[in-house]
Amino acid sequence: MSQFTISGSPHVHGEENVKKIMYTVVLALVPAILVSIYFFGIDAVRVLLIAVISCLFFEWVIQKYLIKGPVTITDGSAVVAGLLLAFNVPANLPWWIMVIGALVTIGIAKMSFGGLGKNPFNPALVGRVFMLISFPVQMTSWPVPKPLFANSLTDAITGPTALGLLKEGLDAGKNIDQILADPSMPAYLDRLTGNMSGSLGEMSAIALIIGGLFMIWRKVIDWQVPFSIILTVFVFAGIFHLIDPEIYIDPVFHLFTGGLMLGAIYMATDMVSSPMNISGKWVYGIGIGLITIIIRMWGAYPEGISFAILIMNAFVPLINYGFKPRRFGLVGNKK
Amino acid sequence: MNEVLMYALMTLVLLGTVSAVILYFVAQKFKVVEDPKIDLVDEVLPKANCGGCGFPGCRSFAEVLVKSANEKHSLEGLNCPVGGNNVMKEAAAILGLEVEEQEPLIAVIRCNGSKANSPAKVNYDGPSTCAFAHNLYAGEGGCQFGCLGLGDCVASCDFDAIHMNPETGLPEVNDKCVACGACVKACPRGIIELRPKGKKDRRIFVSCINQDKGGIAKKNCEVACIGCSKCFKVCPFEAITMNNNLAYIDPIKCKLCRKCVEVCPTNSIHEINFPVRKKKPETEEEIVETNKTMAVTHDTKQDSNIESQS
Amino acid sequence: MIALKTFKKGGVHPEENKISANSPIQKLAFPKQVVVPLGQNLGTPSKPLVKRGDEVKTGQLIAKGESFISANLHSPFTGKVLKIDDAIDSSGYRRPAIFIDVEEDEKWEEGIDTSETIIRDIKADKQTIIDKIKECGIVGLGGATFPTHVKLMIPDGRKAEYLIINGVECEPYLTSDHRLMLEKGEQLLIGIKILMKALAVERAIIGIENNKTDAINHLTELAKQYAGIDIQPLKVKYPQGGEKQLIKATVNREVPSGKLPIEVGCVVCNVGTAVAVYEAVQKNKPLIERVVTVTGKAVKKPSNFLVRIGTPVQMLIDAAEGLPENTGKIINGGPMMGKAITSLEVPVVKGSSGILLMKNEESKRGVPQTCIRCSKCTLACPMGLEPFLLAKLAKLSLHERAEKEKIMDCIECGSCQFTCPSNLPLLDFLRLGKNKVGQLIRSRK
Repeated sequence: MSQFTISGSPHVHGEENVKKIMYTVVLALVPAILVSIYFFGIDAVRVLLIAVISCLFFEWVIQKYLIKGPVTITDGSAVVAGLLLAFNVPANLPWWIMVIGALVTIGIAKMSFGGLGKNPFNPALVGRVFMLISFPVQMTSWPVPKPLFANSLTDAITGPTALGLLKEGLDAGKNIDQILADPSMPAYLDRLTGNMSGSLGEMSAIALIIGGLFMIWRKVIDWQVPFSIILTVFVFAGIFHLIDPEIYIDPVFHLFTGGLMLGAIYMATDMVSSPMNISGKWVYGIGIGLITIIIRMWGAYPEGISFAILIMNAFVPLINYGFKPRRFGLVGNKK
Repeated sequence: MNEVLMYALMTLVLLGTVSAVILYFVAQKFKVVEDPKIDLVDEVLPKANCGGCGFPGCRSFAEVLVKSANEKHSLEGLNCPVGGNNVMKEAAAILGLEVEEQEPLIAVIRCNGSKANSPAKVNYDGPSTCAFAHNLYAGEGGCQFGCLGLGDCVASCDFDAIHMNPETGLPEVNDKCVACGACVKACPRGIIELRPKGKKDRRIFVSCINQDKGGIAKKNCEVACIGCSKCFKVCPFEAITMNNNLAYIDPIKCKLCRKCVEVCPTNSIHEINFPVRKKKPETEEEIVETNKTMAVTHDTKQDSNIESQS
Repeated sequence: MIALKTFKKGGVHPEENKISANSPIQKLAFPKQVVVPLGQNLGTPSKPLVKRGDEVKTGQLIAKGESFISANLHSPFTGKVLKIDDAIDSSGYRRPAIFIDVEEDEKWEEGIDTSETIIRDIKADKQTIIDKIKECGIVGLGGATFPTHVKLMIPDGRKAEYLIINGVECEPYLTSDHRLMLEKGEQLLIGIKILMKALAVERAIIGIENNKTDAINHLTELAKQYAGIDIQPLKVKYPQGGEKQLIKATVNREVPSGKLPIEVGCVVCNVGTAVAVYEAVQKNKPLIERVVTVTGKAVKKPSNFLVRIGTPVQMLIDAAEGLPENTGKIINGGPMMGKAITSLEVPVVKGSSGILLMKNEESKRGVPQTCIRCSKCTLACPMGLEPFLLAKLAKLSLHERAEKEKIMDCIECGSCQFTCPSNLPLLDFLRLGKNKVGQLIRSRK
């Protein structure tokens, strides 16, 4: 007779596992990857590959030779970090900056805290912000999209992002109408589909939203975080637009430019560094939305979502402590 | 320029003076009178903060020692198992007292249900904590008293003195043991006991706490105490008591004659650090001789010490 | 389609696997010897009234529940008391039990009606019903084995408004309640009527999950004859059979934390209990048998058996055409809350609802990974707790904090562990924490 196993209940397990979750995220990123390849061609492929491979490599090296523990690079978390990191950089970024970014992402932001599940900050964003501060020139010279099947253009052509244009314009004392009239400002449709200058993954709001809906459907992320960020940005920017449309641009512009969609859907929802409870997720989302707009409107940088998410990441333990799920049978008892 | 310097200097001096005065009065007001002996005693304690003395840490033990010395003029019932006699002597010297020598203790594992002796009948698949497994089921070998082998005692040890032997699946205590008692508390089954180290580190104890009837106990484990009372009958010093089908050797009364070890049919009585047995049993004279010396050692024990073991 | 009622917070949906749903309840052959454990009910174990060598008849009182929360125990067979000794229970611990040598020809204790006729007329009054239930040793047959008569004694100042009958059977695999509803519908409804009389309530609601449409239809048809009994189909969701969840689903009331259902005017009983109540009050028959499902993916003949208490599990498995070769785990109960058993000698007790045999490959747990803080456990928890946090607190022995985080509200449904993508043993640590916090609370008194 074989030996029976003894363990506590439950004796069955659902179908979820870490790998599945991570590869669902990768799958959700596919539309955005395709769009970026469409607009930036081989450059996009190059940046994506370098980022993913170097993230995997550093995770492997650190787990194998520094921690000397089990190697878990196949769980997909490094792939996700690499893809998100690549999404945050311009397509013409020199390869060595990308590698340094990957090292910071994996080495400092992830493994130094103990690896998957322990990092307080979103690793890809830490890497991105590190690169942005260390290599501001390379990180902010975005190539103009050169669609895959169009006649190839030289790499030298770079253009500012829509947000960059806005910031520069406002600094130069122009009003909104004048800025929008600038020929290099992308049209609304272009902003939606991604035909504008910018980082790889920030391009197409539509592709990102498709991926986001897919993840919500597969229950990898909750709708509360992206929705609350987008809502806050819309409302907050809308209020200022109503107060003075001369200086403050309309809220829809804010929604579809820069990294907002990418940040709201993929970065802020990172399981490890976002709050655990629904009420906390609202607080977190609203906080990110507010800080983003504050940085965009009055800060030194044209884009603020990365900083906003990192700042709110730091508040997550506090949010988890303060915002609990509604306990069953504690309040609102209908008698 | 000079004027600025002057003002700055004057402000700083004034600020310093005022603060100093305030500080002085605050310090007077909230002064805590502490016996300076506490610091001195605290100095000699081992600073392991293990709680083996029964108090939260070395500092609080120092406070208790000083308090006891001041009020009762004795340190009875207080002992630092980690520091042992030397530390207690030093502490007592500071307090102007003397302490009686205490027999050093060591943790013993009263279970020998290794993988070979008590083969696994089921597989446990769950977290490695004895506390949980104890609530869940009786144990892989089927003995509801025996070691679960999941290492709560190892995790509780601050002194690196207890380790799991992967071959037997049982914990083993090494020389680093200071008898702080953490493992005794950690074991949900109460297998670990603090016993006197004994002369020349020699100890005899029943390595089983199974209270089942003989047949059942033996079915689950080859080396279980089956409660046959043979040791009880053979012991010349009445050191062995039988309770709930289980023999227990009182370390105070035991004179380490090893007769019980010989008669135990399941080898559940262990002798530690004895020389290899000669073919012929020792002559009676020799035994008496040994007993005399042993008796001397054991007389110095204190009652409180005995209580803490049981 | 109209949205079916269910409880709102949390919950999971494990594979249903009700493979024995279509096999009618069969009677089992008599064993040679039975072991009747004394501690079959929640609360204090019963005290034996017989001694070694005594002749006992079927249905004879052999152990008495003496304290407030305790239940009587009756001999399931005719025979001779072999001894009163310790016997292993499902967890492998030895607990006191009565061993009985079974005789072939059965002699029933006098006054027990063993006929099949259904007695519809309820003559007994309120107090007689409660006394009868107590006398017959009836406990909750859903698995918690809380003595039923205690449940029926409503404390002063409270009034029951609803009797809620649990026909949910939300555990995967198990079908014993399902078969009972189909085959003993009439007895069930009379049993409910009796309970309603004992509680003086006007309305009773039978909650049944929507995967048992035949039972819903059958009982709806029968219930036309019985005023005040409603059948409430519910959406399939685990753990709907939990008392608090069922009350929320059927009458939308929340039992306050740490309180009993009577706080919101509800009393919950299992369908098996209601049938046992019918037999006790109308037929004078004590609780000596129950329906047990024997099932599992590899089992040749998944079946439902009417089993006398004390029958060894081995016999049930034999009756289902034997133990499959690759059995890796045997579970007493359902896969979500049942206990893995260590030996086949273990007897069926009042609380056994099923014997589930799991294949080797099903019985091993996944390798635990680190928590990725996905918060799926928090979303799955029907009690609104944070299992990841409570498990960690239990691991770190921070019991005071765990108590503040309401660890004692945990109903041990296992939804958190079921849903955890990192395969963490969340419920194991929650149980440990509950155990320690319970000790802490008791030590304060």
